[in-house]
Parts: sequence; structure tokens; C-alpha cells
Amino acid sequence: MQLSRDDVRKVAALAKLELSDSQLDDVAEKLRNVLRLVDQLSQVDTTGVEEMAHPVDVHSVTRGDQIQAGLPREAALRNAPQTDGEFFLVPPVLG
Amino acid sequence: MKLENLSAVALGKKIAAREISCREATAYFLQRSQELDPQVGAYISLLDESAVLAEAQRVDQHLSGKVHNFLAKQSPLTGVPVAIKDVLCLEGWPTTCGSRMLKEYRPPYTATAVDRLQQAGLVVLGKTNMDEFAMGSSTENSALGVTRNPWALDRTPGGSSGGSAAVLAAGMSPLAIGSDTGGSVRQPAAFCGVCGLKPTYGLISRWGLVAYASSLDQVGPMAHHVEDVAALLQIMAGHDPRDSTSLNVALPDYVQQLDQPLDGLRVGIVSEHLHHGSLDSQIVSAVQQACRLLQELGARLVEIHLPHSAHSVAAYYVIAPCEASSNLARYEAAHYGFRAPKNSDHQSVTIRDAAGRQSASNLGSNEPSPLERMMIASRSQGLGDEVKRRILLGTFALSAGYADAYYKQALRVRRLIAQDYQSAFQQVDVLLGPVAPSPAYVLGEKVDDPVQMYLGDLFTVEANLVGLPALSLPAGMSNSGLPLAIQLQAPQLQESRLLATAHQLQRAGLFEPQIAPLG
Repeated sequence: MQLSRDDVRKVAALAKLELSDSQLDDVAEKLRNVLRLVDQLSQVDTTGVEEMAHPVDVHSVTRGDQIQAGLPREAALRNAPQTDGEFFLVPPVLG
Repeated sequence: MKLENLSAVALGKKIAAREISCREATAYFLQRSQELDPQVGAYISLLDESAVLAEAQRVDQHLSGKVHNFLAKQSPLTGVPVAIKDVLCLEGWPTTCGSRMLKEYRPPYTATAVDRLQQAGLVVLGKTNMDEFAMGSSTENSALGVTRNPWALDRTPGGSSGGSAAVLAAGMSPLAIGSDTGGSVRQPAAFCGVCGLKPTYGLISRWGLVAYASSLDQVGPMAHHVEDVAALLQIMAGHDPRDSTSLNVALPDYVQQLDQPLDGLRVGIVSEHLHHGSLDSQIVSAVQQACRLLQELGARLVEIHLPHSAHSVAAYYVIAPCEASSNLARYEAAHYGFRAPKNSDHQSVTIRDAAGRQSASNLGSNEPSPLERMMIASRSQGLGDEVKRRILLGTFALSAGYADAYYKQALRVRRLIAQDYQSAFQQVDVLLGPVAPSPAYVLGEKVDDPVQMYLGDLFTVEANLVGLPALSLPAGMSNSGLPLAIQLQAPQLQESRLLATAHQLQRAGLFEPQIAPLG
């Protein structure tokens, strides 16, 4: 897989990461090297093999619908970069 | 008395018998840490001394019967100090994950694994250094300092739990906890000459373990003695309703079963590992020495093939980044973590070329909202290069048009690797082989070449992909004075067998625990 600068640009936008033009070259080159390493996967015959997303059988775990104590508001807000004491504050969502 | 030369279980016995107080033991290792860590850099933070000693005093009061109902359970390790990798939450104390993103983060809760240690009366000394978000094999990706291998200060302690391994090697704590997503407990244990266990997936709760790759991550106990590892596992293992992947199974008594006879044990030697071109000949000799000792203990050796083993690193370096790209989407600077200063919210301010001129970025003409600008600036400034590379790789491997060729194909190969192990474990009880292709390498040697770094994980990633327990065990020293190690693997939930094999190898003389001679 030949990953172009433009591909990396798009992927970075999806990942909400910003790369300068000079960073783009280095990142693209290193990602190309990693892709060369992982491209060998395409040589493995996996016809009829089921995907294995998990090492143990997992299924949805649900609990009874009972009210439980949550994190107190003050504790939940304590690490926030910006709050008004009641809510998390962020810059305008539309701008 | 030099307490660093005692096993943790022996120290626990002395504390239980009141020959030494928990406070004295804690003060001893705190002082050793303060004296030696400037050379090693194993800790990101040592806890507040007065708080640690107060905690130790409470354990003493409990042991002398002055306070009741303080400890949830008594353990052979009650009163023994422990160092915790900075990827596990500790309420009210910084949990940084070696990242600028979480440098100031103080979790509102304690991880289940750590909570159980505290409930059993173990005293947390400090939080140890690591590759940022556990992504790396040398601890060089930490944004918060360099950790050196106590056996050779110009070399890496391994990673990502390099700090925890280095703490043990230097005798700064008798016990340490790491986490292992692709070998991050076992490889640093190997580089630093200590024992490290990655348990079966789901045996120890991941609640409060900051996520890297959720289908691979496991908390792992580390110590000088196998017996100490078993006692640590006993405390941390067990079902936790707060982790939906936590296994709800009956637990054996790991310590009691350390002496189960090995007579007739079938030990598999993986050809693809032992004859791998990259493997250091001294490590081959260490594996052969372990083979001889196991035969003397009554075990039988069987040659085993894992045909898909050549693809493990490739599968891992697709699956782990994919899961990471999803997990690390949570760092958007709204609820916690680093937020870029307001004046740098605008990309035109943050991006400059080498000459300091403003330069264009990948955002182009796609004008993001103020909220998005804040998130993008915060992620771009708060996360390090390797973390960004893995996020990008995972985002790419999951993106439209590529997910089938990369992510899904990696999951199919993962199944084939699991099937290889299944057939292997029909023929043998444990597998024996190397942990890493070489002893500890020099700091800086591979840090700019991710692929070289990744290839060093080829013997360890399989246990994570398949969810098996695997243990790294010291096996002597190289000609140049660096620790050598072997790895044992067993079927899921066979920790007892794994620990018994390791314990008896240790007792038969495979290695004698040693503290690195720091000045």
C-alpha cells in the first residue's frame, strides 16, 4: 500500500490531529514503513476464517435497572480545563 | 538489615511477626528510592512521604490489633511496599500515563487492581515511568523523563513498564505492578532481570487501567521471586462487576500450588521462536539451560510448530493501533486533560516550520469550528509522536475502503494464531521460549525507527492476541553483564501451572534474584 502525503493529510483530519508540511513527510515515511511490515497479512489465506475481535467469549453484560450512586458533580468537574462550577465549558460548537 | 535482599513474602512474614514494622519497611524503601532514583529515573512521582508513612502506620495499627476492619483481607504481602505503573488510577494522585495530555490529571477513583492491593495492606510508594499510553518498548516515548536500566545506565530498561522493572532491579521496592498489551510487562522484566506475569485476559480487572488496546490490555504483577508474583496475583485477580470483560471464575490458591510436582509435564519448544534469525545466541543458551533443568524436574520436551507465528507482529500492529485510535479519541480536552492555551487554538499560530515561519497544515481550507480547533490543538500539542503515529495508523486501518484489508484481515490472522496455540496445547502443557530477541539495547538505538522497535515484540505479542498467561523469568547474565530471560506460556487460566513451573525453575537454580549494584 503506497500511502501518499495526501492520504496522511486526510487521516490526520479524521483523527483530529494537525501536522505541518514538514511533519507530514516524516510521518508519511514512518507509516509507509509500518504498512510495509503489516502488508504481509494479505499473503495469508484466511478463506472461511472467522474474525477474532476478542480473546475470550464476550457478550453484553447488563445489570438490573437500579439507581446507583454516581460520581459527585464536584469530583466529575475537578479535572476539567474550564467549568462554571456546574457544567464543562468549551469554545462555541458552531462558529 | 538490607531489606532489598529479602523476598516480598519473607518481608511480609517479618512484618506479620512484628519483627519489623510496616512503617520501618516503608521508610526504608522510600529512602532507597529517594537516594537511587536520580540515577535511574524509574518514578514519575513518589507519593507524599507523610501520607505514605501514615498509611503504613495504619497497617501497623491493624497488625497490632489497635484498629479493626481496616483491611479487607490479609495476605502474605500485607505491609509490603509496592510501586505502581502510572497507567493505573490512584484517587487524588496524578496518573499521567507518561503523557503531557494527563500530566495534571488526578483521577476521582482508584483502579480495582490497586484498590485490592491497598485493601490487603500493601503500601503504594510511587508511580512509575512508562512509554506514553503504554505505546513503546523502551520507555523512551515517555513525555516525563528518561528511565535507565539499573544494570547498565546507558541502556533501556525496556518498555512500556520500564519504570516498574527498573524500580525492582534497583531494589527501590520489593514489588511493582505493570501493564502488558504486547509484552509491556514481560520484556522490561527480561531487560531488568526480574519476573513479570501477563495473566489470562480478563483475570485482573481493567477498571481504572487507562486503555490502550482493550482486547489486549492486562495488568501484570512484577517481582524478584515467582512466589511474590503469585501472591500479588492472588490479591489482584478476581471478578469485578465494573469491568464487563472481567472473568467470573473460581480462583485457585496460586501460592499453595507453587510446589505441585512437574513430573510428566510436557514442555513445548516453539521451533519458529528458538530458531528465529534475530535471536541472540546467549538467549538460546538460556532457553536450553531451562530445558535441562525442567528435564531434571521430570518434564518432557516436545518440539512445537506455530505456523502463523511469522505474522504475529503484523497482526498486532494493526489490531492494537485500531483499538488505540478509538480509545484515544477520548482526549479532546473537554472533561479532563491538557487543553491548548487559547491563543494557540488557531492552527495558523501552532504550526510553524523549522525556520519559525507559519506553514500550511493538513487542515487546509476545511474551516473547523472553535470547538474543533480547541480539540485539534490540544491533541496535537498534548500527545507525543509515537502515540500520534499509532492513532493515525489505526484511523487509516479502520477507514472506509481499508478496514477489510487491514483490520478484518488482522482479526482473521489472529484467529489462525489462536488455532495454532490450541493445537499446540493439545500436545503440551506449557511453552518455553525467549521473551525478546536480545538483551537490553542502548538508549536511542531504535527510537527513530518504529519498525525496528516493533520487531522486538515478536515473541510476546501472541500471548496478548490469544489472551494467554505468559511469564518472563530471569535466566542468568550475558557476557557483558546484562540480564537474560526466558518466557513460559500456558493455556488460558492455567496461571497455577505457569507459576509452579517458574517457581521450581527458580529453585533449581535457573537464576538467583539480584539487585543491580548502583553506586
